[in-house]
Amino acid sequence: MLKEKIIKFALFLCAFVSVIVSFAIMLTILIEALKFFQKESVITFLFSNEWAADVAFMSADGASKQGVFGALSLFWGTFYISLIAMLTALPLGVMCALYLGVFAGKKSKNYLKPILEIIAGIPTVVFGFFAAIVVAPFIVWFFALFGINASFQSALGAGFIMGIMIVPIVASLSQDCIEVVSEKRINAALALGMTKKEVVFAVILPEAIPGIVAACLLGLSRALGETMIVVMAASLRPNLTMNFLEDMTTVTVKIVEALSGDQAFDSSLALSAFSLGLVLFIITLIINMFSVYLINRFHKRKNL
Amino acid sequence: MKKLFKKRQKASKSFKRLCKMGLYINLIFLCIFLGSVGYLGIGAFKQTYIFVEPDRNSPSYELLSRAEQRKIRTGQVSEKSWLLANSEVDQYMKENYNRLSEEQRILVDKLTQNGEIKLKFNTNFFLNGDSKSPESAGILSSIVGTLLVMLVCMAVSVPVGIAAAIYLEEFAPQNMFTHFIEVCINNLASIPSILFGLLGLGIFINLFGMPRSSALVGGLTLAIMSLPIIIVSTKAALKSVDINMKNAAYALGMTKVQMVKGIMLPLAMPMILTGSILTLAQAIGETAPLMIIGMIAFIPDAANSVFDATSVLPAQIYSWSAMPERAFLEKTAAGIIVLLGLLVVLNLSAILLRKYFQGRLK
Repeated sequence: MLKEKIIKFALFLCAFVSVIVSFAIMLTILIEALKFFQKESVITFLFSNEWAADVAFMSADGASKQGVFGALSLFWGTFYISLIAMLTALPLGVMCALYLGVFAGKKSKNYLKPILEIIAGIPTVVFGFFAAIVVAPFIVWFFALFGINASFQSALGAGFIMGIMIVPIVASLSQDCIEVVSEKRINAALALGMTKKEVVFAVILPEAIPGIVAACLLGLSRALGETMIVVMAASLRPNLTMNFLEDMTTVTVKIVEALSGDQAFDSSLALSAFSLGLVLFIITLIINMFSVYLINRFHKRKNL
Repeated sequence: MKKLFKKRQKASKSFKRLCKMGLYINLIFLCIFLGSVGYLGIGAFKQTYIFVEPDRNSPSYELLSRAEQRKIRTGQVSEKSWLLANSEVDQYMKENYNRLSEEQRILVDKLTQNGEIKLKFNTNFFLNGDSKSPESAGILSSIVGTLLVMLVCMAVSVPVGIAAAIYLEEFAPQNMFTHFIEVCINNLASIPSILFGLLGLGIFINLFGMPRSSALVGGLTLAIMSLPIIIVSTKAALKSVDINMKNAAYALGMTKVQMVKGIMLPLAMPMILTGSILTLAQAIGETAPLMIIGMIAFIPDAANSVFDATSVLPAQIYSWSAMPERAFLEKTAAGIIVLLGLLVVLNLSAILLRKYFQGRLK
């Protein structure tokens, strides 16, 4: 029996490790972020839009110049690009889910779904390359036809590719929710002479809406944290604008930029990455918890 | 009445077409994507070689790659042989662009007529490490790095993940604490990957002082990232085991540990393995967390151990894509082809494994 107990304890230890890890993430990021806020003000960080961190980097040898860390335009860029991504992913994803869940025959479903899943397996660095080499020049060329100047690092290019990346997530989660809708009600609706379109709008969508919303929220949190696509296809310049053809930068780009140089780990620039990470962490955590809550409520209601 | 019916039918059909279009937009995109990467990258699998006397005064000397020029100067090459041309000649031969001087262009054309300049299969691409000159840059060092990182990641995340899942599924008492663990794991599974890079930097490098950009730190960081996903998929696999099998095992007087070892694990193994392989495939494509811990440094030589600084394939792709010389473009795309090939192999093996086990269990 001793052996059993040892095995049981070892298993418990492994489960415990995963909890330790999640606390370690929160703690490291929190501690480093607090170090940053000791040096710089929180108010400037959250509400000012001037970001001149490289000044702090250049004067790391003790010169008097101070970096300015106002992250408002970074958050703006992140949300704006994510918004473009969601505007791409939501219609495409829901349309795919409806086709696969309602219209497609079993045979075509069997090969169409795996093809869609391939997109989910493509590494984001590859998406980033594609966005920078193919999509960005196409956008510039396309808008030049109408005499509009677009930047090679436009928010549109990065957002669109990010949206394509998210489509499989939205599609497969929504499809699950669509297929949970009870067969009986669909058949009843069809027996009453409804066309499939009417069934979708009158029976399926009203029931599946919480699931679809949750899918979108999960997609949104993926978009907010996405790094490689924006590093390669968006620019380094913080830009607070509504124009999706201009260049913009995001929180994740600045995190990478701040930490891929050679500066000391306790410089304001390096620490700023952790406080950006902290904000990102909190935002995605809230979104994730909310979407999990929605999904759970959805499933509970289904069981009744 | 009939008219209305037809109208409704038509609306339904066009809605179906709209939904289908959504799917096809994605598929078309995928085709454009694979097509353009293939088109850009295919050139990198051939490289220009010149058949030349090892003589510094030969007119062809200027057309050679710098590494080959050095070999000639130090006398490593003694007789007439096929030597690597520089990237400008290479790009001209592939008809990408021409940045040669007029004299050089005429010389290259003359050599082409004599058959003394030729595109050959680019073995260098697979045998060399990274290089500052595009013609001799290869992926060996990053392939080795990727394998090391994979090894570390797998060795840590798969056993720990499976053990944790077994504990949570079978042994854990149903109380607040285990519930809390589950919530934590679910949250970990969906936070942005770049935050794991911050964790790796903060804990492994700053706190434990492990060597920067080493495969050890990279593997551990990716392991922590894939741990929750493996736990979730293993739990799902364990849940799918038939309850009758479990009850039968208990009825025969097995203890819980014996039951898990003898009944649950063998039955759930195919799903567990597929889940782990797919998670690993996802981890290999990850770049952002590895950039944070410094894996985008210029590494020409393959690493000998997990403590050496190394590069991984996605990071190599990123650093090539940021190079100003246009000749690196095709190297980037070729790197992507290799990376996608690796992922295809992993995914296929997951599918085959599942098929094999399913056949055996029936």
